[in-house]
Amino acid sequence: MFPYEHYLRYDKFPHIWCTGCGCGIVLKAMLRAIERSKISKNSIALVSGIGCSSRTPGYVDFNTLHTTHGRAIAFATGLKLAKPELKIVVVSGDGDATAIGGNHFIHAARRNVDMTVIIYNNHIYGMTGGQASPTTPLGNRASTAPYGSIEPSFDISGLAIAAGASFVARSTCYHATQLDKLITRGLLKRGFALIEALTPCPTYYARPNRLGTSVDMLRWYKDNSIAVERARKMSEEERRGKVIIGVLHDTERTEFSDEYQKLIKKMKGKRR
Amino acid sequence: MREKNAELMTGNEACAEAAIVAGMRFFAGYPITPSSEIAEVLAGRLPREGGVFIQMEDEIGSMAAIIGASLAGVKSMTATSGPGFSLMQENIGYASMAEVPCVVVNVQRGGPSTGLPTLPSQADVMQARWGTHGDHPVIVVAPSTVRETYDWTIKAFNYAEQYRVPVILLLDEIVAHISEKIALPPREEIEIIERQRTTEPPEKYLPYRCYESDIPPTADFGSGYRFNVTGLSHDESGFPTNNPMKIDALYRRLNRKIEQHRNEIIAYKKNFLDQADFCIVAYGSSARSARRALQEARSQGVKVGLFQPYVLWPFPYEVLENIAQQCTHFIVPEMNLGQIAHEVACATKRRVIKINRVDGGLITPSEIFERIKNVSV
Ligand SMILES: Cc1ncc(C[n+]2csc(CCOP(=O)(O)OP(=O)(O)O)c2C)c(N)n1
Ligand code: SF4
Repeated sequence: MFPYEHYLRYDKFPHIWCTGCGCGIVLKAMLRAIERSKISKNSIALVSGIGCSSRTPGYVDFNTLHTTHGRAIAFATGLKLAKPELKIVVVSGDGDATAIGGNHFIHAARRNVDMTVIIYNNHIYGMTGGQASPTTPLGNRASTAPYGSIEPSFDISGLAIAAGASFVARSTCYHATQLDKLITRGLLKRGFALIEALTPCPTYYARPNRLGTSVDMLRWYKDNSIAVERARKMSEEERRGKVIIGVLHDTERTEFSDEYQKLIKKMKGKRR
Repeated sequence: MREKNAELMTGNEACAEAAIVAGMRFFAGYPITPSSEIAEVLAGRLPREGGVFIQMEDEIGSMAAIIGASLAGVKSMTATSGPGFSLMQENIGYASMAEVPCVVVNVQRGGPSTGLPTLPSQADVMQARWGTHGDHPVIVVAPSTVRETYDWTIKAFNYAEQYRVPVILLLDEIVAHISEKIALPPREEIEIIERQRTTEPPEKYLPYRCYESDIPPTADFGSGYRFNVTGLSHDESGFPTNNPMKIDALYRRLNRKIEQHRNEIIAYKKNFLDQADFCIVAYGSSARSARRALQEARSQGVKVGLFQPYVLWPFPYEVLENIAQQCTHFIVPEMNLGQIAHEVACATKRRVIKINRVDGGLITPSEIFERIKNVSV
């Protein structure tokens, strides 16, 4: 049995999440990944924005920072640069990271600031009651898209790759053990690492879209996910409507706080 | 004064240099006229001092980043002007709520909106106090010369550290861009205050528990003290609470910690007020013109004095109330439509003569002098 009690703040339970919510699955995967990466609790700063997913820090025993909506990555950038020895993990929702916080997200990826960003993608604004998010699929319903969304949606992982992230991976709450392996790789990566976790929101996403229970959604992930290695051999047509999971992108780039430390070393004490 | 320390500097340069002297080692900002020189100077200076400069993607991110850095225990600052100051407001409230020391420089320009990017204004006095939503503590200071900018930048950091609040340093285009020769004080004469750090062991530490005062001792992120910080209303453990008693206690303490110390925070200068019938109240670059007008009026025998608040918020109501025992008229020149004049009227219950300019021009000494003459006849 994994020693979750070592990490959880049990006195903060019961948590706020609905029955069947996927947030807890991602949280547990994150804890297993942290244990596996052998990073001490004292050196982890867990930073979040606002949303159901962003309530994660309140339940775990690290240095935890619950910020403003969309701004977690910007707060985390300041923390990292002020104390480079901190291991930064950001947890965020699809709305938090790619709507209101989209600017910080792409720029931290571009700078390649060392942090592991876990986005719980439930395709909806959970906390505020089911409004459309930038990842609500075209045609799907939300309280602010009662006739179905007419907006194309973001591919979060694709966005991170294009913006310059070092490591990008996607998985789902059905593939919980894969999720912790991917998060582990993100934690061990020096640079901006993004893990997109498809997360069921039975309350506000499944209901208006008649996707059934949380179990039905997990089954859907199981039946419709394809490993990236296999997906690469498939045609565009065959990939349509599928969730491509695994390590989508892994590369080495200079990391921002390292570069800044080099600059300090070079300039420190030099007179004007 | 040691002449060898004398330097020709602009207000923006003085602000940047003073911040380094105060111990500021993290700056995040986004370029905007008329504040950009502060960022430019610090981009060069900070790495030499072992500190970090970052140009963020916007002012929202800049404000967020300095809060993050300050939580790690590093004194932090950002600098902006009106449009950027508006963008920072939500996170300034976060710093008030989570009690994170930081300094925000707003080199004011005319507004609203993009307004007058290159011309002076003092129209953000109320925004500096009330810009973010909710009842919240904040300290606002407004220097009028390059030397005052130097001194008040350092004091802004001291206040931020001592009271765990965001401190707003309100400059204006004149103070920011004017070059003046100033004699820098020797370092050993400068008082530098550091935030009070906890002496409790980590397992006993509660991040918002107060002991002797209303200001809880801090611990740095990553120093072995694991705790939670949130912008939600929280109890002394730092976790969100819905308990009405705890919520009430939090908001009252946050505001009381400044109110209770208002006499230590308030700072001002009185000129010739002892034998005055009239009082000019002026701050920032308007105080420069007021000083000239004062000389002129006194030389003509008009019994007028000058009250210059360095700290605008908390506002020195009691001090002005006292002055009103003796002065019958208050003349308030400011480059807005009467923001501080309103507070002066509240404090003094006397006739307040407003001199306002919002066309991007500065209020001249003769404009003030003419009004003084009109009052005195
Ligand atoms: C500036 C601001 N705007 C709006 C809100 C209201 N708000 C809170 S959470 C949220 C959306 C959350 O959705 P998401 O980020 O996808 O997270 P989820 O709740 O689905 O996990 C919104 C709009 C806010 N807190 N702050
Ligand atoms: S609303 Fe959705 S995301 Fe939020 S707790 Fe409930 S199930 Fe989870």
